[in-house]
Amino acid sequence: MQIGKEKLLWMFEKMHEIRIYEETMAAAYMEGKLPPEIQKGLAFDIGGGPVPGEMHLAAGQEPVAVGVCAHLNDDDTVVGTHRPHHFAIAKGVPLDRMTAEMFGKVTGLGKGKGGHMHLFDNAHKFSCSGIVGASMPIACGAALAAKKMGKNWVSVAFFGEGAANQGSFHESMNLAAMWKLPVIFVCEDNQWAISVPKSKATSVEWVTDRAVGYGMPGIRVEDNDALKVFDAVAPAIARARHGEGPSLIEIKTDRYFGHFQGDPETYRPKDEVTRLRLNDPIPGLAKLLHDQNYMTDAQETQLVKKARDAVSHAFDFARMSAYPAATDALQDVFVTSPLTYRISA
Amino acid sequence: MNTNRILTMAQAISEAMAQEMTRNPDVFVMGEDIGSYGGIFGATGGLLDKFGKDRVMDTPISETAFIGAATGAAAAGLRPIVELMFVDFFGVCMDQIYNHLAKNTYMSGGHVKLPVVLTTAIGGGYSDAAQHSQCLYATFAHMPGLKIVVPSNAYDAKGLMIQAIRDDNPVMFMYHKGIMGLPWMSYLTGSSNAVPEDIYTIEFGQAKVMKEGRDLTIVSISQMAQKALLAANELAEQGIHAEVIDLRTLVPMDTESVLKSVRKTGRLLIADEDYLGFGLTGEISALIAENLDSVHLKAPIKRMAVPNVPIPYSRPLEQFVIPQVQNLVTAARALMGGRVMSKAAA
Repeated sequence: MQIGKEKLLWMFEKMHEIRIYEETMAAAYMEGKLPPEIQKGLAFDIGGGPVPGEMHLAAGQEPVAVGVCAHLNDDDTVVGTHRPHHFAIAKGVPLDRMTAEMFGKVTGLGKGKGGHMHLFDNAHKFSCSGIVGASMPIACGAALAAKKMGKNWVSVAFFGEGAANQGSFHESMNLAAMWKLPVIFVCEDNQWAISVPKSKATSVEWVTDRAVGYGMPGIRVEDNDALKVFDAVAPAIARARHGEGPSLIEIKTDRYFGHFQGDPETYRPKDEVTRLRLNDPIPGLAKLLHDQNYMTDAQETQLVKKARDAVSHAFDFARMSAYPAATDALQDVFVTSPLTYRISA
Repeated sequence: MNTNRILTMAQAISEAMAQEMTRNPDVFVMGEDIGSYGGIFGATGGLLDKFGKDRVMDTPISETAFIGAATGAAAAGLRPIVELMFVDFFGVCMDQIYNHLAKNTYMSGGHVKLPVVLTTAIGGGYSDAAQHSQCLYATFAHMPGLKIVVPSNAYDAKGLMIQAIRDDNPVMFMYHKGIMGLPWMSYLTGSSNAVPEDIYTIEFGQAKVMKEGRDLTIVSISQMAQKALLAANELAEQGIHAEVIDLRTLVPMDTESVLKSVRKTGRLLIADEDYLGFGLTGEISALIAENLDSVHLKAPIKRMAVPNVPIPYSRPLEQFVIPQVQNLVTAARALMGGRVMSKAAA
């Protein structure tokens, strides 16, 4: 085990923060979306309440985010997916401004223009997209920039197993391998592309089986376990930092909520989530920390409280923030700040 | 036979598909989550149970491959219905749509028939932000080679869908999420209406006068046509009689019905949920401008559409950029007070 105590404790705290965040969001999201507050005859109104629109939550998928991001520095880039909260939290995106964005408030990361699938935080080199497969080309670009600028920064493209069947997957893999870009492609395999299981959509059992076709290493992580993710990703990060090129990682993980909140989930067995929760990765990590004498019961309580307080503060901040003025909608199509273009000497 | 059944637009669309699939074994459906899920917006509800997985095919998330495959299968003699889940996702597969599906007939000198129906969900109003809320019908109408159908209600949707399946050309069938009658999204209930169980078709290029009036014409399409009707009802209470025209299809477009109405009223409000620039509102305005030798305008044309910004997430921002019923009422009232420049002033 090459990981130290501090990083393990960090992973533990962040996994709690992510889990508490997603559960808090699940509850906040349902406000104003149920009868009798909504149009008569509806069972649910996706556009109602303080957090309207689609909501894709990542409870159960924490190991992917913390196991990868534990390797990253502030200068490394992360590009996430339509289910982005766990990545954002693990990358250090401030919870308060991220939450305010989902409440559509002017204090949000995008002043309310983006919403939960479109979080942009330049300071932490984080972005994400609602389009399946979009993370990979953009992560290639961040890696290309690092290479051209002579930095040893790496970039990570997270994507779901469903995205491995998009054209952008093929094009990005080949480009990154050809140009030896410092990218780590991380396939988050939660087995479901909305209602379509991986077995009905993907020609190989493991997406990493495709790595050889691009001339890059493919690394599988068969357990939804943060420490195993951390260990498996380590050589890919080292390879990227040393200018040796990209790697493809695939991590089996579990989606506890539906594809989106409100998803009837008629396509998966009723007891599937109950079974998945028996392998909850958070108690597993807690046990490891106790077994190693890295964490006392009192410390555990304190770390969980810290996570809970951070989430609670963020939601308070979001709720108390103001909405943007309606006419703000007309701003920001183009930047208007002074030109940053410079002629080099 | 029950002729007074009220169906939602989603039910009407899936019924149309089912009836044509029953009549013609060449018709089949492909798309993401269109099988056991029944389509994210319900357009293919019940089809898997009726026709099985060989004719109702869930696809990988590979739009370039399966939309391109629809073109290939159509050229080979089948009649695919293929769903692009949100129109906003066109970016990942546009080459297959506009360089192939839309052009192969022309480039083959008319020898290649492509009877493809490309269904897709459009529209905003429920805070789904810039990548899941656009209409974009004008983008597709701009490029030659695709017929563009954009229904506003269940009755029209059924007849237009059957017509689309029978057409030997590529048809984009664009349904607005906010009129599908889904149990999980608020919608304008005027879109659910009486739909005969019989099979019927509605010809493309025939606008519908939803409400007659003498004072001004409101030209619209899709969910915005339902908003226009609500606005017209409110205006009627104020003594202003608006004629509401639902274009129903953009390609081909029923220009005659628009001209006829504006010749009568002399005032035109064009209401659209697509972007303002280079779009439907400009196209209709140009139609009027080109026919000023036979149209007498009493006031300048008024255009209402999304003001050339991406669709924002936050509710107050989104409600501001998408024209609402009250905006249409206000615009119509302003139009009644408008004047064109007089000869003397010129």
